[in-house]
Amino acid sequence: MANNTTHTIEYQSLSKTLLILLFLTFVTISIASVQLGAFTLAVALLIACVKSFIVLSHFMHLKYESLLLRILVAMVFVLFALIVAITFIDYAFR
Amino acid sequence: MSNVSANSEYVSYLDHQGKYKGIMSWIMATDHKRIALLYMYSIMTFFIIGVVLGIMMKLEMLTPGETIMKAKMYNSVFTLHGILMIFMVVIPGLSAVFGNFFLPIHIGAKDVSFPKLNRFSWWIFVVGSIMAVLSQVLKDGPPDTGWTFYAPYSTTTSSNVIMATAAAFVLGFSSILTGLNFIVTIHQLRAPGMKFFNMPLFPWALYATAWIQLLATPVIGITLLMLIAERAFHIGFFDPALGGDPLLFQHLFWIYSHPAVYVMMLPAMGVITEIIPTFCQRQIYGYKAVAVSSLAIAGVGFLVWGHHMYTSGMSDTARWFFSLLTFIVAVPSAIKVFNWITTMYKGSIDVKPPFLYALAFIFLFIIGGTTGLLLGSVATNVQVHDTSFVVAHFHYIIFGGMGFAFFAAIHYWLPKMYGKMYDFKMANIGLVINFIGFNLLYFPQFIIGIQGMPRRYFDYPAKFQPAQLVSSIGGFILVTGLIIMIYTLVKGARKGAPAPANPWRGSTLEWQIPSPPSVENFDEEPVIKENPYDYK
Repeated sequence: MANNTTHTIEYQSLSKTLLILLFLTFVTISIASVQLGAFTLAVALLIACVKSFIVLSHFMHLKYESLLLRILVAMVFVLFALIVAITFIDYAFR
Repeated sequence: MSNVSANSEYVSYLDHQGKYKGIMSWIMATDHKRIALLYMYSIMTFFIIGVVLGIMMKLEMLTPGETIMKAKMYNSVFTLHGILMIFMVVIPGLSAVFGNFFLPIHIGAKDVSFPKLNRFSWWIFVVGSIMAVLSQVLKDGPPDTGWTFYAPYSTTTSSNVIMATAAAFVLGFSSILTGLNFIVTIHQLRAPGMKFFNMPLFPWALYATAWIQLLATPVIGITLLMLIAERAFHIGFFDPALGGDPLLFQHLFWIYSHPAVYVMMLPAMGVITEIIPTFCQRQIYGYKAVAVSSLAIAGVGFLVWGHHMYTSGMSDTARWFFSLLTFIVAVPSAIKVFNWITTMYKGSIDVKPPFLYALAFIFLFIIGGTTGLLLGSVATNVQVHDTSFVVAHFHYIIFGGMGFAFFAAIHYWLPKMYGKMYDFKMANIGLVINFIGFNLLYFPQFIIGIQGMPRRYFDYPAKFQPAQLVSSIGGFILVTGLIIMIYTLVKGARKGAPAPANPWRGSTLEWQIPSPPSVENFDEEPVIKENPYDYK
């Protein structure tokens, strides 16, 4: 039952991923000085989510894993979202 | 059920001589079975200390007013009792001891995926435990916050809160690493032919537990770090005086600590699910329902933390929402109970100590579970919140549930772990005394809780004395039962008659290998053919 397959990713692909992440970091820093009002935090979090997705899928090889593992990781984020949302049921209606 | 070949050059894991000798062969052990025993000896030590502290509380509560200690001392005693029992006994208990020992064997593996990480987890556990003990003796005095460390009091008290929370933080790492190890082991090391729905149900329970350990424990770690940051640097997270929100602490604390109840209970349910088919010689009723209910409990159990906060000032909307979710989480728990009882129906029941402990578990767990529904309902919760009713409910779940499941597990698996049998008659005497003592100790607390006896108070009006007296007597009876039980088990493990490979006629893989197992468990990878509970 063991799933011991390994995936080798070429340096070129890893370098491209790194560049994208650095670019997004640059965007995060740059956008901090733009006045977006209430959306400032949302945009920063959105970029952070995109970066996390890239790290998970490429650097952590999730892209090459089985569907089951990908679903399990997705469920963790769903759970996290639920916990945050339920917490805000208190704060929003207090 | 399976094809397991006997080891031709059998050497028990207890006798195996590796690179290290003597005590170092244990401290440096990477064998999952030796690490399980290390956890067991550590946990039993803390359990005995916790029991002594519990008895000190019962002595104090014998009479109204000061009996043997002052109020502040009482606060420290119940805090240490809680910290020891929660973080060092019941959370790691079943998972670290019996999970470590039997998970690899149940799935036909030689060890866990990361044996050195497993050893490291135990080392961290020891370091965290030492820190917890140090928090009691360092110069600022033992913490007096209760094991929940509620803010803002925990941010202002002069007692040793930072060391105690740092200890819980370190202990959390042990839990996370064990959970991670178990998840990877179950995904990667199942024997050929063992699909998820061919696994015994104890690994299923451990799998659900491991996800909680992995995902929930970091939340308490971060929360305790925030508390330390607030105390040390006056950063306003929780103290309103600094612009913080004390309810945020409660949310974060219970986002971990309610799922932690299932870290305690899910392996307990897994143990009972192993014992009942064996002693009824019957296929477990509703295998898939029991397996999936473990995941359901883990999943929904993440979302019900707010029922600890009904009276804390949370919004009404949140209160009814958490109440709804709390009632939902009772459903998968009830599925398990119904399936255990249905499995017994028309079974060839063999009444031995492990089975009797399993029955005691079901009885006590039902009382704990149904009183939990009273607490899950907002209307009744606000009446009994922070009374001894909650103490009774909590102990029926944690001690009556996890504790009695631990006792069931040690009576069930001791012959496999040590290769020795124990005295059944003495074990049964211990069980009866434990059962009577337990109920006398905790049931009166339901009654005086409804009448208004607050929890964590060292004093009380005279009208509560008869119930407090019965409760204290129950405590002394329970300790007598525990002494008999531990004596019987230790004597059995040291001098008992040799145990056969399969003394209970069990069908899972641990009963197909010698007692005690060899270092690598199996001579060859076992080939799994049918379901794990095939008693035809």
